[in-house]
Parts: sequence; structure tokens; C-alpha cells
Amino acid sequence: MARKVLVLGEVRDGQLRNVSYEAVGAAKTIAEGGEVVGVLLGASVSSLAVELIQNGADRVVVVENDKLAQYTSDGYAQGVLAVIESEQPEGLVIGHTSLGKDLSPRIAGKLSSGLISDVTSIEVEGGNIVFTRPIYSGKAFEKKIVTDGLIFATVRPNNIAPLEKDESRTGDVSTLSVDIKDLRTIIKEVVRKATEGVDLSEAKVVVAGGRGVKSEDGFEPLKELAQVLGGAVGASRGACDAEYCDYSLQIGQTGKVVTPDLYIACGISGAIQHLAGMSNSKVIVAINKDPEANIFNVADYGIVGDLFEVVPMLTEEFKKLKVNA
Amino acid sequence: MNIFVLMKRTFDTEEKISISGGKINEDGAEFIINPYDEYAIEEAIQVRDAQGGEVTVITVGSEEAEKQLRTALAMGADKAVLINTEDDLEYSDQFTTAKILAEYLKDKDADLIIGGNVAIDGGSGQVGPRVAELLNIPYVTTITNLEINGSTVTVVRDVEGDSEVIETSLPLLVTAQQGLNEPRYPSLPGIMKAKKKPLDELELDDLDLEEDDVEAKTKTIEIYLPAQKQAGKVLEGELADQVKELVSLLHNEAKVV
Ligand SMILES: Cc1cc2nc3c(=O)[nH]c(=O)nc-3n(C[C@H](O)[C@H](O)[C@H](O)COP(=O)(O)OP(=O)(O)OC[C@H]3O[C@@H](n4cnc5c(N)ncnc54)[C@H](O)[C@@H]3O)c2cc1C
Repeated sequence: MARKVLVLGEVRDGQLRNVSYEAVGAAKTIAEGGEVVGVLLGASVSSLAVELIQNGADRVVVVENDKLAQYTSDGYAQGVLAVIESEQPEGLVIGHTSLGKDLSPRIAGKLSSGLISDVTSIEVEGGNIVFTRPIYSGKAFEKKIVTDGLIFATVRPNNIAPLEKDESRTGDVSTLSVDIKDLRTIIKEVVRKATEGVDLSEAKVVVAGGRGVKSEDGFEPLKELAQVLGGAVGASRGACDAEYCDYSLQIGQTGKVVTPDLYIACGISGAIQHLAGMSNSKVIVAINKDPEANIFNVADYGIVGDLFEVVPMLTEEFKKLKVNA
Repeated sequence: MNIFVLMKRTFDTEEKISISGGKINEDGAEFIINPYDEYAIEEAIQVRDAQGGEVTVITVGSEEAEKQLRTALAMGADKAVLINTEDDLEYSDQFTTAKILAEYLKDKDADLIIGGNVAIDGGSGQVGPRVAELLNIPYVTTITNLEINGSTVTVVRDVEGDSEVIETSLPLLVTAQQGLNEPRYPSLPGIMKAKKKPLDELELDDLDLEEDDVEAKTKTIEIYLPAQKQAGKVLEGELADQVKELVSLLHNEAKVV
């Protein structure tokens, strides 16, 4: 059944986040040959419409309003609901990011619709769109379907394949004017702590440190390794609690959920709350001096040893690999 | 201040998980208050102690949740309400739960509603914002700080590690993130007192809800455990050789670098 499916493009620092392209991929599956319509909200975002189209959206609806310059659930809900009202879609996909987690249940509440959150894969099976998502901190998975109303899902970053970008693709870009009013929450200040560079939740390689890193300086060798691999640095809560690094690096149930191609855990014991944030990574490497550490139970490759010896050696070895490549 | 806490009884995910009859096997498993809801209960108690008023903890579930409600009372909540759906609902989703909670809350004149930002079992994080939408009150999710000054509220919200300082007003719903506070353990006198505190039990009928009104919009068709990962390869030999081997494995076998 061909459907019309909306995708919210999430803009961060003037650019679309990767998860939005993955959401387009998800929407394409749900649409089953129907139309994928990108939605962009912001103060000045129309220039990004072409990006959504080149990445697979058939057309884009832009809602521009100064009151949408920053995300607020009131502002964005009004914007998205107005587009839903005018487009009458059968599906909606949003990234399972901070923004998506905050906004989506609100929209579902308003529409009295279902919502399948934190989806990691989507298939068409026997006429149903079947969504797979992790439950119980990633220890199990469930398959879900929507039985009534809008097919609405949020997708976990780095799990669903984006479509191939095609710079020759064109599509209609229209604007919808929406009167945004009554913002009941006002952002007074944003304290940016997340480090510059590669976005942790979207990085292909993550080098993470735990309490075993022992100090703020202890993170230096990890940073060097991450840099050589073009990846991002992450941390366990143990390391954050001990003030070796900022909480913005925390990976796990409370922190970020990451699914990179390669996750290198250094001096992390592998508590379930940590695993909840990284166990779906494609390849996991553990470096820990305790051979009994739980992290080895989820690791594909492990080295039992002192991270302060192993990590710099790894960095050197990867450098050689890059030179030879 | 009239404060409500949305609480869920959850399977302790630190436990081993197995599946029987297409469901997560709950026999002999440990059940706890969802950890993020513990932050919510603690915050509610602190707000009440500072501002006066009353804390009511609500849960939607089965009779078995009475234990977790008593724990919340022992921590210091004043009242508990169990909305027991065991006999009425075979299957529910977040739409169901939020609708029931909102129906209960709609005439309670709540000033502040606090929930956890996510439950560690289902992990969807939908119920808080859905309830706020149904009650038509503002909400802020994943908060790490809450300050109330008259009807002005300042909250700090965790946004993927960055912080937003947000100003809003009562009535308000917030969801708790780790870092909001350190939940207390129930004290022995607290546990004794909790036995005498009111714990009301309601059913859908009492809220004038029919099963059809709260029928789930989604359905779980299968639950499964992840494919047993092949036992990882712990490398051996001289450290320098291990490192070389690892790089070669990642490059040639796993092909991730
Ligand atoms: C509600 C709740 C939410 C939580 N959320 C999260 C979360 O989101 N993320 C998270 O990570 N945790 C979370 N936790 C905490 C979690 O339970 C663990 O306490 C935490 O992950 C432990 O961090 P760690 O592995 O760095 O420290 P530890 O458990 O102390 O492990 C340190 C490891 O380093 C190794 N080591 C020490 N020195 C060296 C060395 N020189 N070389 C190599 N290895 C070395 C040790 O052998 C040990 O295995 C949460 C807990 C709760 C209750």
C-alpha cells in the first residue's frame, strides 16, 4: 500500500543531522512506493530542503518563523501539526534524538496515535510495517506494528541505512506559513558542553574511557586514538562521576546511545547501564586489565592489559596502517 | 503545592533475561521502582518539604505494584494510587497508559507532575509528554535541576550532554534525568509509617473509561533475545603482537577500519 510519509529534518548548527537522512530511508520503506515528504522547521532553513531531496525526499515543506529559531516543544509541535493538518500523511518519522524524544510523544498525544520509539530496523512483512526496537536495556528486542492510525516512529541514529545521495534529484519545495503562539517554555540559556568535532551519537568510531582512565589527563591517549581513526571520544558514567571528563561524553542508559562501526572500551567494566548505550555497536573492542571484566562478554576482540600501554601502541599501529593504505 | 509522581514498577534489567512463551520470563525476577522514577519521587518529596503540600504517587498496573507504591510511601510520599488494569486490559501501550493517567489527573488540580524520563524495561519515554499534552500543560523532559519561585519555574534540561536553562510556569510536568538528586533509601520509621498511609485502588470503571477508549494503537508481535554473540576473541601473546593482531583483525576480518 503506497503511503505518504513525512520526515522531520533536524537541523543542528545550520546543518541537517545524519539521523534525518536515515529517517528518510526509514520513511521510504514505510511509504511502500508512496511519497516521502520532508518537513523543515526553523527561522531560516529553506536552503537545506535541497539536501533532503538529494537524499531521497520527494518534496519538502518548509515552515519558517523566528519563533522556531530554537527548539521548543510548543513551537515545534505547532509547526509539525500544521504540516500534518495540511498534508494528511499516513506515516511520520523523526530521529530518536533529544529533540525527537521530547517532541514525538507530544504529537502522538495530540493525534491520539501510536508511536514506536527508538526503532533500529524496519521491514515490510506480510503487508505490515514491522518495527524492531531494543528493550530491557538492550538485552532483548521486540517487533511491533501499528494497529490503528498514523504509522509513527522515531529511529535510533546510526542504525537505518540512508538512501544513496543523488545530486541530480529535484523536487518541489513549498512553504507553509504557521502562526506560532503561546510558547510556554522559554530557553534562557544554552550551556554547550559537548566537544567540538565528530558528533558522538553519529560517529563511526568511538573510543570510550572509564574509571580505569584514572584522570582527566588519562583521556589524552584516547583522544589521540580517536583522532587517528576519525572518531569521537566517549565515557562511562564512572569516568564522568569521577570528573575525568564532562557528562556530555557519557554513554549508556542515561547518556548517549551509540551504534558505531567500532567501539573501543578502555578501562570500562561493562555495567548493564553502560552496555545499554553501546552493545549494538557493530564491532566492540575491550581493553581492560581485569580478565573477568563483564565488558569482555560483549566484546568481539579483547586485550587484557594496561590501557596506558595498549592505547598508545594501537594509535601507532593504526597510523602505520593509514600510511600504508 | 499539589504534586503527583508517575511511577512504574519495572523488571530489574540487571537481572538475566530469558524468554518463555513469547514473553520475557518474570518468574522469580526482581522488580523495582524504575530508577528514573526514584529521582522523580525524591524530587517531589524535596519540593513538598520546601513548599508545603502533598505528594501522591500514581501507577498504572497490577496489584503487584503495591509493593513499589509502599516503598514510595516509605521514602516520604503522602498517598499512593494504583490504577489496576489487570482485569480490564490484556494489552496496552503508551497511548493506553497516558490516557488513563490523564483521565485520573484531569480534575486533580495538579501543580506539578514528575515522572522518570524513561522506563528501563520498555524504554520508550513517551508517557510523560503524552500526559502533559492531554492535560494541556507545559512540560520539560530530562531535567537535572528544578527551582520553583512562586509560579515561576526554572529548570535545567539535559540535551545530549548540553544544558538548557528553561523558564516556565506551574502547572507543569517534568521528567527526571540522572543527576537531578540522590534518591533516599526508605528509613525504618518511614517503612512503619508507610503501612498506615492511604493506598487507593481504582479500576477503569472508576474513571468512566471503557476498554475501547484506551485500546492500544500498537502491538508487539514478537519478543526475542539478540543472537548469541560468538564468544569474543581475547588475544594472547606479547602485547606488541596482540596490538598488531588486533589492528589486522579490525582491518581485514571485521573491515571496520
Ligand atoms: C540509574 C542508573 C543509570 C546509570 N546510567 C549509566 C550510564 O548511562 N552509563 C554508564 O556508563 N553507567 C551508568 N550507570 C553506572 C553503572 O552502573 C556503572 O557504575 C558505571 O558504568 C561504571 O563505570 P566504569 O566501568 O568506568 O567503572 P568501574 O566499574 O569502576 O570499572 C573500571 C574498570 O577499569 C579497569 N581498569 C582500571 N585500571 C585500568 C588500566 N590501567 N587499564 C585497563 N583497565 C583498567 C578495571 O579493571 C575496571 O573493569 C548507571 C547507574 C544507575 C544506577
